[in-house]
Formats: sequence, C-alpha cells, structure tokens
Amino acid sequence: MSKYKVNLKINNIAISVDEGTTILDAARQLNFKIPTLCHHDDLCVAGNCRVCVVEQKGARLLPASCATPVSEGMEIQTNSLKVRQARKHIVELLLSEHNADCTKCFKNGSCELQEMSNDYRIGDHVFLDLVSEKDKVRDISSPSIEKDDSKCIRCQRCVRTCDNLQAVSALAVTHKGNKMRISTFLDKPMNDVVCTNCGQCINRCPTAALTERNYIDEVFDAIYDPNKFVVVQTAPATRVAIGEEFGMEPGSRVTGKMVTALRRLGFDKVLDTDFTADLTIMEEGTELLTRLKEALVDGKDVALPMLTSCSPGWIKFQEHLYPEYLDNLSTCKSPQQMFGPLAKTYYAEKINKSPADMVVVSIMPCTAKKFEAERPEMRGSGYKDVDFVLTTRELGRMIHQAGIDFEKLEDERYDSILGESTGAAVIFGATGGVMEAALRTAYELVTGREVPFTNLNIKPVRGMEGVKEASVKIKDVKPEWSFLEGVELNVAIAHGLSNAKILMDKVKSGEANYHFIEVMACPSGCIGGGGQPIPTNMEIRKKRAAGIYDEDEAMVIRKSHDNPEVAEIYKSFLHEPLGHKSHDLLHTHYTPRKRH
Amino acid sequence: MTRIEELVKEQAEKHGRKRTSLMPILQAVVSSEHYLSEEAMLAVAKELDLSTADVYGTASFYTFLDTVPRGKFIIRVCKTITCHMKGKDEVIRTIEDILKIKLGDTTTDGKFSLLQANCLGWCHKGPVMLINDEVYPEVSPEKVSEIINQYLKKG
Repeated sequence: MSKYKVNLKINNIAISVDEGTTILDAARQLNFKIPTLCHHDDLCVAGNCRVCVVEQKGARLLPASCATPVSEGMEIQTNSLKVRQARKHIVELLLSEHNADCTKCFKNGSCELQEMSNDYRIGDHVFLDLVSEKDKVRDISSPSIEKDDSKCIRCQRCVRTCDNLQAVSALAVTHKGNKMRISTFLDKPMNDVVCTNCGQCINRCPTAALTERNYIDEVFDAIYDPNKFVVVQTAPATRVAIGEEFGMEPGSRVTGKMVTALRRLGFDKVLDTDFTADLTIMEEGTELLTRLKEALVDGKDVALPMLTSCSPGWIKFQEHLYPEYLDNLSTCKSPQQMFGPLAKTYYAEKINKSPADMVVVSIMPCTAKKFEAERPEMRGSGYKDVDFVLTTRELGRMIHQAGIDFEKLEDERYDSILGESTGAAVIFGATGGVMEAALRTAYELVTGREVPFTNLNIKPVRGMEGVKEASVKIKDVKPEWSFLEGVELNVAIAHGLSNAKILMDKVKSGEANYHFIEVMACPSGCIGGGGQPIPTNMEIRKKRAAGIYDEDEAMVIRKSHDNPEVAEIYKSFLHEPLGHKSHDLLHTHYTPRKRH
Repeated sequence: MTRIEELVKEQAEKHGRKRTSLMPILQAVVSSEHYLSEEAMLAVAKELDLSTADVYGTASFYTFLDTVPRGKFIIRVCKTITCHMKGKDEVIRTIEDILKIKLGDTTTDGKFSLLQANCLGWCHKGPVMLINDEVYPEVSPEKVSEIINQYLKKG
C-alpha cells in the first residue's frame, strides 16, 4: 500500500488519509457512521445496495462511499438533505422487494434491514410492491441452512462469502433483470449442491434470506419430556463467544456462566466436547504416528499428508472437490461425533440409563455440525449418536427465552464424567489449535519430553495468516520410535476453505511435502464459525482467539494425554487408541460426491 | 470420457482455461448441442476450475445460452415494440399452426423450438425472425410458411 496521503473534508472536518482509502473508511476514522448493507469488512467491494451514498461537492451523482476511493480536495457530506432523501428512497426500494413479515421472522431484532428501516422511520410503501412476484417457498432441504428468497435483497454478501472466503461458490447470481436471484447450480435444492453447510453466508446475510435451521423447540420438547435424559455437550469455541449474545465483549470467557445457564435451562447433565477433543488427539495422534511408521519402516504406500477431520464443512468440501484425497483424511470422527456414541454407550452404562431414553444435544459454533449429525454413518451407538445440534446463537436465544440474566450468573463446573478437559482441547476452537494440541502430545509420546516451546505455546502455528507452515525436528527419540530419529515433521495449517484450496492444490501439484495438515473450514477456525454470534470480522475473531488462548493458559492440565478421564476411558472401555472399540465408535469413512 | 466432455476439452484447448474463456466455450457447446445440459455445464466447470453455479449463473444471464433442451432449428421472433406493431403476433400464430407447438415449446421430433427474442436491431425491417443464426426480415404469415416449409424439407 502506498504511503501517499490524500486530504479531504468530510462534513466540513479536514482529514488526511492513505491513498486508496474509501470514503466509507475515511468517515469511520472521523467516527461518522455511514449505513451499509452490501458492504462487509471480510469481503470484496460490491457497491450494489447503494445505502452508503454520500454527497460530493461538484459531483452530479451521489457516489457509493464503500466503493469510491478518496481524492485530493474532495468535500463530502454524509448526511445532507439530498443524501437523507436518497437513502430513504433506497431503503424503501429495498423493502419493496423484501418480504417484511418481521414479527414472524427468525431475524426479528437482529436484521440489518429492519434496523435501517427503523432508523429512517420508514412507514408507508411508496413504491410498487414486488414481494408478490417473489418465490415464497423456503428451501429447507438442508439440515443446516434455510434459504428464503422472499427475504433476499440481492446484496450478494453470500455470493462473495462463498467465493472470496470459501472458494466454493455454491451460490451465484443467476438470471437477470427482475428475475435476477441468488441461486444454486440449475436452481437445485441447497442439500443437493456443493454447499459445505459452513454457514459463513448466514453470518453475513443482512436479512433472513439465509439462516440456520433451528431446533430450539425440539430441544425444549426433549428437556420437558420426563422420560428423556437430556445431556448437552459444548464445543470449545462457544465459551468465548456466547457472551456476545448478551452484549458482552467479543472474547469474554464465560465457560462457567454457560454451564450454569445450561443447567438452569434444564439439561440433565452438562458435559464437554472438549473431553472428546482430547480423545481426538489420542486417536488422531496415534493414527498419524502409525501412518508415518507404515511409510518409513514398512515402506507401505500410505496416504500422506494426513488431513484433519474435525471440521465437517472441510469434510464435505473434500468429498465434493478433492474426492481423490479422501484416504488422506484422518478416519477420526469429529469431537462432536465422538461424544455422541460414547454418551450413548460408555456413559449410559455408567449412569445406568438406556440409550433409547437419552437425548444428546450439542452446542456448536457451527452449522455444518447439523448436517454431520444427520450423516448415516453417525449411528455408532446403534442410535442416532447426536440428536440435535444448536448453534451458539440458538443457545443465546434459548437463554433469552428462559429469562436467564446471563451476565449475572455464577460460574459452575461441568459434570463428570465426559466433562474433564485440558488446555489442548480448548484451543481446537482457533485455527492451528488441533495442530498444536497434536504436537504437544505426539512429540512427548515419541521423545518423552515436552515440545520445545516456551510454556507449551507453539506460536508458529497460531495467528490469522491464511496458510501457516511449520517444521519440527524430532530427535533423541525413545527406542520404540527410532524410525522417527532426525525426521523433520512438516506441517501446514489453513483456515477458510479458499486457503484450504491453495494448500490442496500445492499438495496435488507435488509442490509441497507435508506430513500433517490441519484445515478448518471457517475463517480463523471455529471461533469464526457459521453458528457464532453476528456480526463477525477480523477484529472480533482476534478477540475470540485471544480468549481461547487465555482459557488454555488458565487450565491446570494442558496436554490431552494428561486428561485423567481420557486415561480412565482407555483403561476401562476403549483399551487402546485405534483399538477395536475405537474403530466401531470413534472412526468413520467418507463418501465421494459430485462437483456441483 | 463422454462425447460432451471431449467436446468441452477440445474447446478449452482452443480458447484457453481462463475465466474469460467461459463464454466462447459455452457458445461452442450450444452451437453443437443446441443447449447446455447439466453434464455439459459440469464438464465446463471442471475443465475451467470454476464452480458449477458460476457457470449456470453465466448461462442463465444470456438468452442465447439455453439450459433446457432446444430443437435443431431455434426460431426466435422479435418481441419488442416495433415488431409488435408490425404484426409479430400473427407471425407467431402462423408458426404455431404449422409446427403444432406453442410459443416456448419444442417439436416432439426435436427439430424446431419457437421462442421470442428481445430487440434484434432490425426495427426498420420488422417483423424480424431468426432461425439459428439466419436473419429473416419483414416476415409475414405467407412468407413465414414458405420459410418454415423449406426447413421442414431440409430434414
């Protein structure tokens, strides 16, 4: 970026900004908020909704401030009479094609268009009503995502999200003129296309055109059913984000409050996905070492690099777009799906309950987890392993409904068993976390020493860079791992599927030679998940990541293999990683899918 | 490799695999197959490393890039105001009578499709009609029967 400064005036206040800055960003520097709809900090410029128009002295038309760079001597008014009038008309025009059934809408109270319409006191319809022309049939084919074209204002945030951030482009602009809409390949239902269910589009949709399928009522029904024993598990990333649903700062660590809230909602037991995250490390770490042994000692043709399998959006991405690399995916189920079958076998036995009477609910930062729970393979216990998956947002809604004052809650602890976890598990929530947790355990397993990083913090795998690479030299190994002596373990990490694509294309071309790759489908990892509180942007995700790493440092135990409940489950139930029981309950297989 | 995949590959060799190659490739597929099938769009997406929705989005934007099966001869009668005033409705009715199809349909033998088009730029010689790439200006019900009959004989 060039360092030339440009001088201009916004609302008669002089400011000097870097060349290339948009009028919108320059105004923000002066704390003038210009309303936006199609603009999003994570996405490329579109300039199609026009609500951010401003008046430029000497210009005939009102430029869109999000799409216009500043120029020397510019004089801008952000709230002149002309601007106000135009903006009001623009919002009215958008509303003329928006099915504004606000009181019945899932986004009631959190809709950007509604907020804007409220700000500008939009009353009567002054333009021709186009809502009647729109297709009011909602697409509920996907267990994760609901698409309602009658709410769509065609701002294309979703299209840019699916393309810029995820390199999937399941959604595109199709047809033209008044028939223009956001659609899929041949207008197929969402569940029949390449959509990975990551939900990033939902996070950015300003209206309710894209929302998660919500299962709040089903979960309350289960809670109030006296014959059901309802256990809940919470993903790592939820505990640093749920506070935002109650106006708290992004990254606020509210693990204890969340546990209390879940108990007050009436869940019979409050357990932790972090426990199965630790278990994942044991299984996946062993799997990696086994693959390395087969490659280095037995000379077998094993699939390397091994790819992590915790992120269901990433799994579906691979199934559609890189089906030739399905063998490279770890066979480990995600922590959510490891929890389900263990709850309905091991745990059910311990607490003397019939799995048929149990309901397993997950609180996830993720919408793809809803799809994952529906996969036919996910019935290792003989029942549906995870019955309902709720997003962080849905949990926020439940807590609101129950009239619980979240911020004032006391901290409580998870129930035992299946509730104990380590710092290595909580960092699963941030990009690089699975890699760091795996290295903490694998390195120690092989050498008998802790990873050679200060305070166990493996900094090279952390941070928001799209693709991260690191190498760990393994030396002075224990005798049984002698084949790894002197081996340089090459690892890579990607977050956001567009970065995953960059990495996969490197693997495909043979340019890169990695042993182990971590991919999280969502930008910044699960903390930026499609089920997390809205809004999201880099600043918010960085705060959530900081919360995750603070949580890790605050834990007494920081390595998965030191989790006493994990040791116990191997002793009394699973016997060994990759053993027979693990194979039945904790591992899975993948399905090649079509490219569309 | 199917026939369509081969055709797409051949066109990609010719026009390149950049995003800007999309239009000429789609046009080539349409001129050979009369429309873009699901299989064809999948093949193009794969060859150019684009998403299928993206390919469909482009195809659905252009009237001449059909995504539903069309006949060997696609008749397009201009529907805009000048041709309308000069009697395009009678022309359409005549074609419907001869081919026993309605506007928008394709004959069961897959030979003809009857469609309307936006302005073809021949307002001074309306009503105007296109059959594939051939322009027929100043058509009347009589002239149009003659033209269609010639195509019927072509087989």
